[in-house]
Amino acid sequence: MKDRLEALKVEALEKISAAADLKELQNIKVAYLGKKGPITEVLKGMGKLSAEERPVVGAFANEVRDGIQQGLDAKSTQLEEAEISKRLAEETIDVSLPGRPAKKGSAHPLTSVVEEIEDLFLSMGFTIAEGPEVETDFYNFEALNLPKDHPARDMQDSFFITEEFLLRTQTSPVQARTMEKHEGQGPVKIISPGKVYRRDNDDATHSHQFMQIEGLVVDKNVRLSDLKGVLETFAKKMFGEERKIRLRPSFFPFTEPSVEMDISCFKCSGKGCSICKHTGWIEILGAGMVHPNVLEMAGFDSKEYTGFAFGMGPERIAMLKYGIDDIRHFYANDIRFLKQFRNV
Amino acid sequence: MLLSYNWLKDYVNVTVSPSELGDKITKSGIEVEIVENLNKGVSGVIVGHVKECVQHPNADKLRVCQVDIGAGELSQIVCGAPNVAAGQKVAVAAPGAVLPGNFKIKKAKLRGEESNGMICSLQELGVETKLVPKEYQSGIFVMPSDAVPGSDALEYLNLHDHVLELGLTPNRADCLNMIGIAYEVAAILQEDIKIPEVSYTVSEKSAADFVSVNIESKEDNPYYAAYVIENVTVAPSPLWMQNRLMAAGIRPINNVVDITNYVLLEYGQPLHAFDYDRFDSKEVLIRRAHEGETIKTLDEQTRTLKDTHLVITNGTVPVAVAGVMGGADSEVQDDTKTILLEAAYFDGKRVRAASKDLGLRSEASSRYEKGIDRNRVVQAAERAVALMSQYAGGTPAGGKAEAGEKTAPLYHVSVTLERINKLLGTAITTEETCKIFSRLGFEYEENGGTFTVTVPSRRPDITIDADLVEEVGRIYGYDRIPTTFLMSEARPGGLTPLQSGRRKIRAYMEGAGLYQAITYSLTTLEKSTGFSMNKEEVYPVSVAHPMSEERSTLRMTLIPQLLEVIQYNQNRNMTDVAVYETGSVYINKQESLTVLPEEKLFLSGAMTGVYQEHLWQGEKKKTDFYLVKGILEGLFEELGLESRITYEQETVDGMHPGRTAAVKLDGIVIGFVGQIHPAVQKERDLAETFVFELNATALLTAETEQMVYQSLPRYPSITRDIALLVDEKMPAGDLYTVIQESGGALLKEVTLFDLYQGDRMEEGKKSLAFSLKFFDPERTLTDEEVTKSYERVLKSLEERFGAELRK
Repeated sequence: MKDRLEALKVEALEKISAAADLKELQNIKVAYLGKKGPITEVLKGMGKLSAEERPVVGAFANEVRDGIQQGLDAKSTQLEEAEISKRLAEETIDVSLPGRPAKKGSAHPLTSVVEEIEDLFLSMGFTIAEGPEVETDFYNFEALNLPKDHPARDMQDSFFITEEFLLRTQTSPVQARTMEKHEGQGPVKIISPGKVYRRDNDDATHSHQFMQIEGLVVDKNVRLSDLKGVLETFAKKMFGEERKIRLRPSFFPFTEPSVEMDISCFKCSGKGCSICKHTGWIEILGAGMVHPNVLEMAGFDSKEYTGFAFGMGPERIAMLKYGIDDIRHFYANDIRFLKQFRNV
Repeated sequence: MLLSYNWLKDYVNVTVSPSELGDKITKSGIEVEIVENLNKGVSGVIVGHVKECVQHPNADKLRVCQVDIGAGELSQIVCGAPNVAAGQKVAVAAPGAVLPGNFKIKKAKLRGEESNGMICSLQELGVETKLVPKEYQSGIFVMPSDAVPGSDALEYLNLHDHVLELGLTPNRADCLNMIGIAYEVAAILQEDIKIPEVSYTVSEKSAADFVSVNIESKEDNPYYAAYVIENVTVAPSPLWMQNRLMAAGIRPINNVVDITNYVLLEYGQPLHAFDYDRFDSKEVLIRRAHEGETIKTLDEQTRTLKDTHLVITNGTVPVAVAGVMGGADSEVQDDTKTILLEAAYFDGKRVRAASKDLGLRSEASSRYEKGIDRNRVVQAAERAVALMSQYAGGTPAGGKAEAGEKTAPLYHVSVTLERINKLLGTAITTEETCKIFSRLGFEYEENGGTFTVTVPSRRPDITIDADLVEEVGRIYGYDRIPTTFLMSEARPGGLTPLQSGRRKIRAYMEGAGLYQAITYSLTTLEKSTGFSMNKEEVYPVSVAHPMSEERSTLRMTLIPQLLEVIQYNQNRNMTDVAVYETGSVYINKQESLTVLPEEKLFLSGAMTGVYQEHLWQGEKKKTDFYLVKGILEGLFEELGLESRITYEQETVDGMHPGRTAAVKLDGIVIGFVGQIHPAVQKERDLAETFVFELNATALLTAETEQMVYQSLPRYPSITRDIALLVDEKMPAGDLYTVIQESGGALLKEVTLFDLYQGDRMEEGKKSLAFSLKFFDPERTLTDEEVTKSYERVLKSLEERFGAELRK
């Protein structure tokens, strides 16, 4: 009986080893270990054995079963692994083919520049003030110390709609409106981005519509040196830590003293190149201390309060930053242009 | 203003180079835009004396000249200029000389005749044609007879000079003349200033014998002086004067005109010379023009005047438009003998009105508009009289005929040292401040830290203490001002809900694959409107003087311009375009504009072509109505408004009537989404295009509830599908609404998952299949409950729409 069992084991293990797939293996399992299998059959004859022989043969039979089971398990693992390898081999794809693109658009470069500037000033405790694009002559000019017949009105030929209304030529009316709302109480700390309009023929450097961002701080003890501090922070953030700034006296009707700010050229670092017209400096913005007339007109006591204001053009900043040569690109909305600013 | 470096040296000792001077002037307040070397790279051009000039044997238009260039023997030079003649002193570019553009002169043979160089015109030496005196414009320039052959010709022509182009801001009209700039430069360089000394000898006659002056309005014309100079000989002015005029951008004409221009540049005082004999009266009357009165101006144009214009008359007819242009009838001509010289102070507003209406801007008018120095009128006039007596052989009559006040009262402005330092953030001392005022040539008194400055009449821009602070600051140097940080209390900055909402929209649209466009607010009248669901009467807002029809009217919709963007891109072979814009539209509900138009923020988009291209896999997702609607649905979800938005079939101008839906928020229309009308599509040469336009202000200001967390379901949900057979015209949205309404509290989600219309369907019917999801967060649902709810839904659908359950 023992011999018979031993022979079955050898036979089974041979078949297991020869099995080609999991299905065949399953058949072998059923054939040898199943209820109708030869081992069960052999064990049925156990009753005929002596009491001494019975446990020995029984133990041996279990040993044979376990041996076959182990053989099955080992083969099964082996076959499974082979099967997985085979499937993996079959499933191999060309990873160099392009991926299915996720759809992505982009912000307009002017929006990116404006938001970058907004975020910088927001972090310095400014808020964003906005106002109408169609303005009254009062807020666009008179409240800003530009009475009718003022020669400086020539500097910005305007799109008038009626005698009284016009498309704003600057975002400064927002300053006038904001100050008025404060009813003589500081501090005021705003920036005002927005669209402005001037009667210019559109060409590579002029646009009848463009963006402006202005800033205004009114409080007790605001100094020109503070303006210098804020502008220096701005210049370094927008154009790099190494930038130096230079203030030059200038003129704007709504500030006194007035300055223009240059930054050291970011292309040549001041050595002189075509971008800075060989001066080493690039003009970035206009600024100054708020004119006492403007403060007074908006209800602030100019003996108690002082303030500074500054204004810049996002188009110019974007053109300088990215080397864009024609302002009209911003308004043509050529997809090939817009696409380039996806990671800005 | 063009500033000649050499000329400036007449008034102030300039110790620095032209480019250093330019830097210094820029830093202290006047931007020097360009520093130009007048020699333009020219070298080796010398004076020649034409000894002999004969016709070229082989060329009609050429002459062969023998020229003394100071070299001992004569040089033969072939010249093509029509005005070359023996006896002239000329500029010769000898072999080895270089002309502008690095043009090197060599010996040459011209039609067989040897030519040792070239006789030059001014243009060939780099002078602009418009500045060259008329008689030399088409030929060589003839130099004064005292020029020495062989010497540097550029020296005679003052072409070794540099010109600084000043970009003057309107407040610094005082620097529109040499003396004003000299004051500025003297302050910068800490040098003294020299004003020309004026003296001349007068005849026994008096100007008052020739003419009297009457002013109608002292406001229009505070002061007018007339001088008379007899016996003048009109001829070219001296070369030095011509050179200086050319450097300043003015063409020399004759001695009389040149002198008035020279003094204009020197003192900033416009002058006008009349021919006394052609003036035709002994009275100068300055008055407003009569409405419709005419005058023939110097440029031979007949001009019609208005009563806002100021004119000089001879008592009867206008002889000049004050400060703008003289009349042709009293113009100085070659035979003029007696000059009536006008020196006046006109109100800038009058000059501006006439100059603007007549479209005439001149050196004189722009100076009057910006304001001249009244206290310099007489000084300037006398300088001109002296020059006319010296360079035009004139005999001045004594005195002047005048009317009005020749001096403006001086005024004082005070500032304290404390104010200066508080505004600038500096620690400037009293001594430094005193020194700065002295450098500027300001008279002042200092008393306990308060400076009282007598403002010089050349600086009318100084009216308040802040102006003096600026003067101190700029001369002190802005680069010496420290950098400090605001001392104000810290307050949080931050975006308003509307501003952050706008950024949210931008981020969402970007994620949805749309590019942000920015288009112009001004468009054509036609494109400003249309695509509108506005049922109220609106009136387009147009600018009064548009630059073009294209940019004349403010938009009331963003769509026409977004369609232009699509067209623009299509024309450049980009057929798949998805763009959006957030921008203002301008709504005016009044027939005549008396209040500002309402500005609404619109969010609009336009999409065409393939939305998603799968390249090598060959699948393409084309833009269609449902894609665009899906993008909007995502946006509404982003804004927390999805449950309050409904869509309804709607007719909109320019849109496909069957493929356009109104978008409603809480039942109120806030925009639309749909396909462009095929006719519009054809007219604009577009491919199938889908657009949307929403009132973003309404979207972003809609009150939304604070989001509250819902605990995750602990009990399973039950899903039932329902397939319905309905009339094919029945909007799915209506079914959807009724299902939601009738489903009861347990029905949590309704999803349409199938739509079928086709052969296997009864005529005129379609099948819609919804999936209904029920659950209760508190317990497990029973089958009966769900069935009850399901049957309620079915019953409602049957009753309301005659829907049948599809088996």
